[in-house]
Amino acid sequence: MLTFDNPAISLKNVTKKFGDHVILNDLSFDIPRNKITTILGFSGAGKSTLLKHILGIIEPTSGKVFVLGQDLSMLSKVELREFRRNFGMLFQYAALFDSFTAEENVAFPLKEFTKLSEAEIAKKVKDLLLSVGIKEESFKKLPSELSGGMRKRVGLARGLALSPGIMLYDEPTTGLDPITTKMVNELIVETATNHKDREMTSVIISHDVKATLEISDYVAFLDRGKIIEYLPVEEFKKSTNPLVQEFLRL
Amino acid sequence: MNFSVHSFLAFLGFIGYTNLVKDKFINRITSRIEELGKSVMESIDGLGAISLFGARFFYWVRKKPFRVSLVFEQLFFIGNKSLMIILLSGMFTGMVMATQTYFGFKLINVDSLVGVIVALSLSKELAPVLTGLIVAGRAGSAMAAQIGSMKVTEQIDALEVMGINSIQYLAVPRIIASTFALPMLSVVFLFIGNFGSWLVGTKSLMIDESMFFSKLGEFMFVADIAQGVIKAMVFGFIIALIGTYFGFQVEKGAVGVGRGTNLAVVWGMISVLILDYFLTSFLVKIL
Repeated sequence: MLTFDNPAISLKNVTKKFGDHVILNDLSFDIPRNKITTILGFSGAGKSTLLKHILGIIEPTSGKVFVLGQDLSMLSKVELREFRRNFGMLFQYAALFDSFTAEENVAFPLKEFTKLSEAEIAKKVKDLLLSVGIKEESFKKLPSELSGGMRKRVGLARGLALSPGIMLYDEPTTGLDPITTKMVNELIVETATNHKDREMTSVIISHDVKATLEISDYVAFLDRGKIIEYLPVEEFKKSTNPLVQEFLRL
Repeated sequence: MNFSVHSFLAFLGFIGYTNLVKDKFINRITSRIEELGKSVMESIDGLGAISLFGARFFYWVRKKPFRVSLVFEQLFFIGNKSLMIILLSGMFTGMVMATQTYFGFKLINVDSLVGVIVALSLSKELAPVLTGLIVAGRAGSAMAAQIGSMKVTEQIDALEVMGINSIQYLAVPRIIASTFALPMLSVVFLFIGNFGSWLVGTKSLMIDESMFFSKLGEFMFVADIAQGVIKAMVFGFIIALIGTYFGFQVEKGAVGVGRGTNLAVVWGMISVLILDYFLTSFLVKIL
């Protein structure tokens, strides 16, 4: 199993049970800083639960989660909320606020958490939207008027608004056509690359093998609540683990 | 002999049949009682959960930031957008009440009291209760549907990931706005209802206008209006609490949103009617 010095995220013996059902089973692994790490796995493997543990939305039954060196269990609920501003997240279906326009969605975290003036917010929103490839004529469109790919771009811009240290992607390419999938992948790589001057750790939760192998630095494979393989991407492709092999053949 | 055997077998068959019917009947009764018990237990669970949700509202309502603009947005949604339906309902309720009361009172020659009886009925009962029922049907359901659809499309998760408490952001402004919007709507209902009563009473049923107003002044007090306003505030609070609660409970996509909306309306309306009795019992003693 890979280990890293000063990892961005570190799980130590994390177990999560819902009743008798074990979702995460004594899980221990590190996610390195400034890299793109993907957690692959079949549906029901515990990927979403793992993501919620990283975000501190749910607490482990036992074990500890460290993010940027901070033990999440030591934070109060209020501190945890504030700590979450270190994260940006792109949801599976973008999760844009449907009563807000594209620019209002991106402006939302800036209005909530910064003291920037309206003009500064407008400028930052414009820069963010342009950086993810949204043209100005779409700034005032509601999410329902945007295509799936455009919604993802706006969702990414919103996730990046507060310049997070960790960007989480929940099934970013699920349900997208091949061209949009390619576009989203390029966007993830660009986002990680453009932020290399400061810290930008990217964590992708996915079951899209092809997309994952193209853009990741490291790949972990989660099965029944355990990481059964965790390797740099090139080594992962050569993994001899039968489950990983089966997954790679899909 | 043959006849007796057949009769005996027929008798046994009859006994067996009656036992079967009896068992079926008992099973059906038992299962109905079980269903009733289950519904009661679920209702008690629901009441407990709504109370806890109420406690969370009181916790978050005191926390910064205070999103005043969201409260006004919701006031506009609940108040202004319900105004037309309140005006129509109030007007026709007043007109119907005046007509019905007039024909009853005419029998005992007290038709001059029509105006004040309608006004008292409206201020103490009809205005707050009917406004509550209308708002539960319109705004309570909308709250459940809006929050429910935000939940199934992960918009609430997005808020939480940003570090924004979803109850503080979504429920608190709606509950505050509803608590203040309902008394205002109820007062509008009261005035327009009395206007309808005056219109029908004096212009159609030919009740003497000076008597109509003098009896109003004689028997109608501020406390009567206050009773309705207090009731409306409580109804406004409870309708929004229930609407937002069922919104947050939504699961399983569009079907869940529909179910949550339905429950918000049913629980909202029933709560208004049940609370009305207890509030009446309490308010008549103190006002």
